[in-house]
Amino acid sequence: MAEEKIAVYFCHCGTNIAGKVDVEDVVKWAAEQPNVAVAREYKYMCSDPGQDLIKQDIQEHGVTRVVVAACSPTMHEPTFRKAAADGGLNPFLLQMANVREHCSWVTEDPVAATAKAKRILSAQIHRLPYNEALNPIEVPVNPDVMVVGGGIAGIEAALRLADAGKHVVMVERDPSIGGHMAMFDKTFPTLDCSACILTPKMSALGKHPNITLLAYSEVTQVDGYVGNFKVKVTKKARYVDTDKCTGCAACTEVCVVRKVPNEFDVGLSNRSAIFIPFPQAVPLRATIDATRCLTLSRGKCAKQPCVPACGPQAIDFTQRDEEVEVEVGAIIMATGFELWDPRQENRYSYGQLDNVITSLEFERISNASGPTGGHIVCKNGEPPRSVAILHCVGSRDENHQEFCSRVCCMYSLKFSHLIKEHLPETEVYQLYIDMRCFGKGYEEFYKRLMDEGVHFVRGRAAEVSDVALSPEEKGRLIVKVEDTLLGIVRRIPVDMVILSAGLAPRHDAKEVAQTFGFGCSANGFYLERHPKLEPASTVTDGIFLAGACQYPKDIPDAVAQAGAAAAGALDFVNHPTVKVEPTISYIDPDKCSGCHICVGLCPHAAIQYNEEKGVAEVIEAACKGCGVCVAACGSNVPQQRGYLDQQIFAEIEGALAL
Amino acid sequence: MRYLYYPGCSAEATGKAYDVSTRAVFAKLGVELEELDDWNCCGATSYFSVREMESFAIAARNLSIAQSQGDDDLCVICNACYTTLAKTNRYMNESPEVFKAVTGALGAVGRAYDGKKPVRHVMDILVNDIGLEAIADKVTRRLTGLRVAPYYGCQFSRPMGTFDDVQFPTTMDRLFETLGADVITEYDAKTDCCGGMMMLTKAEGALRLCLELLTAAEQYGAQVIVAACPLCEMNLEAYQPKVNAMFGTDFNIPVLYFTQLAGLALGVDPRKLAIDRQVISCDGLLAAIPA
Repeated sequence: MAEEKIAVYFCHCGTNIAGKVDVEDVVKWAAEQPNVAVAREYKYMCSDPGQDLIKQDIQEHGVTRVVVAACSPTMHEPTFRKAAADGGLNPFLLQMANVREHCSWVTEDPVAATAKAKRILSAQIHRLPYNEALNPIEVPVNPDVMVVGGGIAGIEAALRLADAGKHVVMVERDPSIGGHMAMFDKTFPTLDCSACILTPKMSALGKHPNITLLAYSEVTQVDGYVGNFKVKVTKKARYVDTDKCTGCAACTEVCVVRKVPNEFDVGLSNRSAIFIPFPQAVPLRATIDATRCLTLSRGKCAKQPCVPACGPQAIDFTQRDEEVEVEVGAIIMATGFELWDPRQENRYSYGQLDNVITSLEFERISNASGPTGGHIVCKNGEPPRSVAILHCVGSRDENHQEFCSRVCCMYSLKFSHLIKEHLPETEVYQLYIDMRCFGKGYEEFYKRLMDEGVHFVRGRAAEVSDVALSPEEKGRLIVKVEDTLLGIVRRIPVDMVILSAGLAPRHDAKEVAQTFGFGCSANGFYLERHPKLEPASTVTDGIFLAGACQYPKDIPDAVAQAGAAAAGALDFVNHPTVKVEPTISYIDPDKCSGCHICVGLCPHAAIQYNEEKGVAEVIEAACKGCGVCVAACGSNVPQQRGYLDQQIFAEIEGALAL
Repeated sequence: MRYLYYPGCSAEATGKAYDVSTRAVFAKLGVELEELDDWNCCGATSYFSVREMESFAIAARNLSIAQSQGDDDLCVICNACYTTLAKTNRYMNESPEVFKAVTGALGAVGRAYDGKKPVRHVMDILVNDIGLEAIADKVTRRLTGLRVAPYYGCQFSRPMGTFDDVQFPTTMDRLFETLGADVITEYDAKTDCCGGMMMLTKAEGALRLCLELLTAAEQYGAQVIVAACPLCEMNLEAYQPKVNAMFGTDFNIPVLYFTQLAGLALGVDPRKLAIDRQVISCDGLLAAIPA
C-alpha cells in the first residue's frame, strides 16, 4: 500500500453539527491521524467555497484521498464526489463520515457527541487507503415512460409526456381512467363542472397516438434497472373482446344480475354484472364482473342474454387474465388515495344510522349523473331541512391519522354552497376545528359562504346520535359538539350528516412501493426524495411521484406535481445514457468454480453462467450491488466494488481504534 | 386461580351490592378473592385535583400492601379506584420525580413499593382471565331475550384503554352475550359521563347527563342498565325520581351492577346478590328472565 495523503474536512453545518460537537477538538485530533495530510473545518462544506477547498487541496497539496465529515451521504455525497472529480481525483476515493444524522442530531451530551464524531471519522480515515478508483458504468436509456394510475395526476403527466413526443404506457387498475375526479360534481372554489374539465383530457388520452392505455390492469412485478425497467402487467380479463365492443351498453340493460353495488356511485346505486362504469368511461368498453356473473361464478346463466344482445359479438367467456411485459426508461406513480373509512370512528354512527354519509357519497348525491339525479335528498327521498358537515373525520386525530388532509375544509365549503343552491331554505352547519383555506381564491370562497348564511360552529363534533331529548329532536340526527367560541355544549338536530372524511393512503400503498423499489413515509403515503426540493421524485432514479399518492392534495396541486413529475421523467429519458453506480459485484473468472450458487440467489437476475468458460459472470448493468452473491459464495469469490472485505474491516478497526 | 381484592370505600356503603355480588360470582366460578389488609381510600378522582402527590402516595399505600400480601394480581371493582390505582403505577414508572416522592412517603411509614403490582379491573379478570367459555359452562339461568344496556362509564377504559377500546369498549357486551342476553351493542352513550360527584355540587348538570343516558337506554328498549362503577350505578338508579321531576319524564328502569346480573345467570340467589335491596324494584325484571 502506497503512502496516501488524506484530506479531512469537518463541516459545521451551521449549528447542526458544531452546536453539539467540539469541532476544533476533532479537527486537531484528525490532523494527527496516520496518512492525514490536511485537516480543516468549514461552516458549510456544501457551499461553493467549501467545495473549492477540496479542489484546491487536491491540486495544490497533492491530496490522494478525501473524507468529508458532514451530513448523510444520501444528502451530499454526489456534491462532494463531483468536487473531488473537478479537482482531478477519482470520486470513489472520497468517503463521507455522517456526523450529523448519526451523531450530532441524535446525541444529547456534547462530550459523547464529540467522542462519537471521532470514531465515525476514524473509521473512514482507516478505510480510505483501501479505496480503489472506480468508473461509472454507462447504460442506454429506454425512452418510453410508464404512468401508473389514471386519475387526474396520472392523466396530466401522461398527456404532457405524450405531447412531448414520448411513448407512454398508462396502467390503470379500474375498468376506466378518471379516478376520483370523475366522481365529483363541482370543483372548488371556482365551481367548474368537474366532468366538463376532466372528460376532454380523458378522451384525449384515450385517442393519443403516443399513449398505450392498459386499463383494468395491474403491475405485478418490476425488474430491470435504472433507465431500463421491465414491468410485468396483468391485464385482467374483461370477458369482452375490447376490439369488438363499441360501448353501446346494450348488454348492461339485459343482464339478469342487476343488484351489484355500483363502485362509481360508492354503492349508492346498483349496476349489472356486465357494466360500463359511467357514460364517459375511457376506454368505453363493457366489463364482466366475474364474481357476480352467473356464467362465470356459478357456471350457468339460463339465458345468457348479454350474448345475443351484443351486436358485434364481443362477449367472450373464455377470456383469461393476460400477462404482458413492458419495457420503459422511467415510471411515474400516480396511484392516488382512498377515503378514510369512518366506520373506524364509532361515535359518528356511520353505517349504523341512516343519513350519516361520507363526503364521497355526497359528491355522488349532488352530481347530476349520480344516483338521485343531482337531487339532494335523504334516504326517504325527502330533501333535508338541515345538514351538518363534520370536518376532520379521521384527520388531525391522534387516534387515527395525525395529518391534515388539506382538501376537506374546501370541499365542505363546496358542499355547503351546493346545498344552499339546491335547497335555499335548508340550514347548513359546518363543524370545524380550524378553517384551512390556503389556496388561490379559497379564502374568498370561505367569505362568500359566510355571506350565504352557512352556520360555522368551531368545534370537533363529539357524537352523532338518534337519541332525542326533546320533541324537535325526535326522528332526527343529533350532533353533539362543544362550540368552543361560545363555550357551550350544543345539540344540533339535523336530517343529514356529512362526514368530511380524510384522505388515506391506498390500502396496498406499502406493497406497491415495495414492488417498485421505493418507500413510504410514516403516514403511509409514498416517500419523496426530498420534502422541499424533490417532492416529485423517489429515492429510486427514474421513478417519480404525482398527485395524492405522495400526500393529500387538491386538483391544482396534483396537476402541478404531475407536471413536475413529467418534466423529471422527460429529462431522465431524454438522455441517451445513464451512469450507473460502479459499486457492483465482480466475479474473478480465475477463482470461480462455476458452482451456480450465486446464479440462483441473485434477486435481480444479474448473474449468468458462461457455459463456455464454466464460470459465473455479472451483468454489470443489471447488478444493483446488493451483496447477496458476496455473502453466499463458499469460496469468497464475488467481491463488491467499494465494499471490499479489507475496506469493511479497516472501517471497523478504525471505529474501534479509540 | 386467586386474586387480591380491593373493594374500595363505596363497597362498604352505597356500593355494597357490587362487593357482595362480586364475591358471589367469584365463589360460583371457583376463583378465590383475598381482601387487602387495612386498605385505605384510593383518593378517588377529586383528591388528585387538589393535592396530586399526596394522592399518589395514599393510592400507593394500597399497592404496597398488595405487594407484601401476595404475588396475585390486584382485583378492583370500582372504575374510579381502578383508574386511580393504575394511574399511580403508570406515573411511578414513567416519572422519576413521582417515584421518588411516593417511595419517600411510604418509607416514612415503613412501607416500600416498586410500582409493579398489576392492577386489574374485575371485568378484565372475568372476561380475559377466567374467560367467556368457562363462564358459559356455569350458566344455569340464561338471560334469554333480556334487553341489556351495557353502561361502562367514563373511567372504565379511559384514559389508558389497557384491555379494551378507549372510546368504544365492548368487553361487557361480550360477557352478556355469553350469558344469553339481547345486548344493546349500539348503546353509544355507554362511555358518556353520568355526572359523577357533580350530583352533589351541581345537580342540574348531572341530572341532565343522567337524562341522556336514560333516554338512550329507553329508546333502545332496555329492560335493565348494567353498570361497572358504584357512582354510576347510584346516579343512574337513585336519581331517576329527580330526573323525572326535573324533566317531566317517567323513567323507572332497573339499574344493576353487572356482577349482580351475571350472578343471576350463574344461578346465585337474587337475595345473595342484594337485588332485593335495589332502589328501583327488580321484581318485573326477575319475572322477565326465564327461570
